[in-house]
Amino acid sequence: MSNDNFEAVAEAAGGSVASFEPEHLGFGERLQRFLHNYPTAAPAFVLLVAVVGFYLIVGSRFLSAFNLSLVFQQVTIIGIIGVAQTLVILTAGIDLSVGAIMVLCSVIMGRTAVLMGLPAPLALMLGLLAGAACGAINGLLITRLRLPPFITTLGTWSIFFALNLWYSESETIRSQDLATQAGLLQWMGVSFNMAGARITMGTLTMLVLFFGMWFALNHTPWGRHVYATGDDPQAAQLAGINTDRVLLSVYIVAGVICALAAWALIGRIGSVSPQAGQSANLDSITAVVIGGTSLFGGRGAIAGTLIGALVVGVFRNGLALAGVDVLWQEFAIGLLIITAVATDQWIRRV
Amino acid sequence: MAAEKLQPILAGRNLVKRYGRVTALDHSDFDLYPGEVLAVIGDNGAGKSSLIKALTGAAPPDSGEVFLDGKKVEFRNPMDGRQAGIETVYQTLAVSPSLDIVDNLFLGRERLKPGFLGKWLHMLDRKSMAAVARDKLSELGLLTIQNIRQPVETLSGGQRQAVAVARAAAFGSKVVIMDEPTAALGVKESRRVLNLIKDVRDRGMPVVLISHNMPHVWEVADRIHVHRLGRRHAVIRPRTHTMSEGVAIMTGAMDPNTHAAGAFALPEGA
Repeated sequence: MSNDNFEAVAEAAGGSVASFEPEHLGFGERLQRFLHNYPTAAPAFVLLVAVVGFYLIVGSRFLSAFNLSLVFQQVTIIGIIGVAQTLVILTAGIDLSVGAIMVLCSVIMGRTAVLMGLPAPLALMLGLLAGAACGAINGLLITRLRLPPFITTLGTWSIFFALNLWYSESETIRSQDLATQAGLLQWMGVSFNMAGARITMGTLTMLVLFFGMWFALNHTPWGRHVYATGDDPQAAQLAGINTDRVLLSVYIVAGVICALAAWALIGRIGSVSPQAGQSANLDSITAVVIGGTSLFGGRGAIAGTLIGALVVGVFRNGLALAGVDVLWQEFAIGLLIITAVATDQWIRRV
Repeated sequence: MAAEKLQPILAGRNLVKRYGRVTALDHSDFDLYPGEVLAVIGDNGAGKSSLIKALTGAAPPDSGEVFLDGKKVEFRNPMDGRQAGIETVYQTLAVSPSLDIVDNLFLGRERLKPGFLGKWLHMLDRKSMAAVARDKLSELGLLTIQNIRQPVETLSGGQRQAVAVARAAAFGSKVVIMDEPTAALGVKESRRVLNLIKDVRDRGMPVVLISHNMPHVWEVADRIHVHRLGRRHAVIRPRTHTMSEGVAIMTGAMDPNTHAAGAFALPEGA
């Protein structure tokens, strides 16, 4: 027989256990909870306010179908790269090499098609393979050598960019040469008009890519494992997930998406330039962060990145139409980033 | 009588595990019988964790044998143990905070939709997973959790532990092992988890409970495996031994053989 009084104490405490205190939350806490459950609500709200605001300032010129389709064209590259960046950031990593992978892949596509005379579909495939290889290098360094993603991709950024300069011989491939020898590479720039809007294949590709990634992240085991890996890698491992394999797959997929962005880049500027897309790294991170995805991993949504990219696009476009100096556009974007990160910190404290 | 004799469902014989010059397991035995809660107690460094890891495959023993259902098994990693029907609830919870309850229950063993969607698109069968989750949670009396789609991080520590226990109970076909399930919980939440352990046992699933909390052990355990210096030092019962006696045996202050109930208690029918 147990002679201890512990049990009596425990029994006494036992009565009210199964019930949970009803919660009385203030407005701030309820907003915090809401944003916690719907991380894209905040950027969506900012986008709405920005659109209405610029409409009031600039007038109907801003809200015209043509101008809005222009905003979409302007965010196509950032949006596509943003999909790759979201994937990586969801695993609590970061990929600083996305811009360099994109440029390198575009140069590979252009040179193999125009200078080596390979058929355009083959050149395209080579570019996509190169993207996968770059991603695999990042992923292997991170999972095998256990290097932090920030440092790894900082290094590969330089390496990929140097390879790009070496392979391209710092030469641009002219638009006419591409058009005559490899029209397929400019396909992303093909556009059609609909109700006054000018819609490019690049924009459509971006939207399809967002939908595909939304499906993969939310409706496949792989997507759940990406979230779990970023959220708490140890817990994910204990649940039987091979987190290294998940990470490797994430960086490879990100590399392929960057190659897709390379194709879109060729379509957008028409030519192949080893100096194009320099700002893609930071712009993609900006889109992801404004879109409400946490830099600490495991939290966020792919739709947020599209909204984040659009927020940046709308600000740039609207401020330009309002005749505001470019430097104030940068200023506004900076404010948005800091606000977004501060919001994320607040939300994570639930 | 021989045919009717109760056999251990999970057993270890002569388990040895060395880490460098430290012998964590020194020819230890272990027996878990069907339908019981077996607590494992022992001082820090006695080798409790090594014992459990040897049994689940998390750290395979250097020598010795593990038997599941009377058959010799060799688990090389925790997945092997899991596939054989041994589920472990870890001290550190092993849930993903930002995923919802259903996703956490099925993490690492998701169900796919039948047909094209599942086979080619790897599409999750959200509906059937939610239905199973609801069933399992209500079986364990956990449907106070209103929304099974809420992220686990919005739950209290006790509720999270309940999710982890529910996952183990839902998928563990043979044995559920719980490593310090109440260590991080308050009094009320601990109570809830203790009730869960009893529920799991009452549904016929044997439970191994590793705990430092003597009142908890004495409350829920049918038998108590006392681990000392890397071995099974004694097996006692809450009905025959007081907590003080248990602690005395655990720390070496008392020779278990001097107790009237003997040093190695067996469950009824064994």
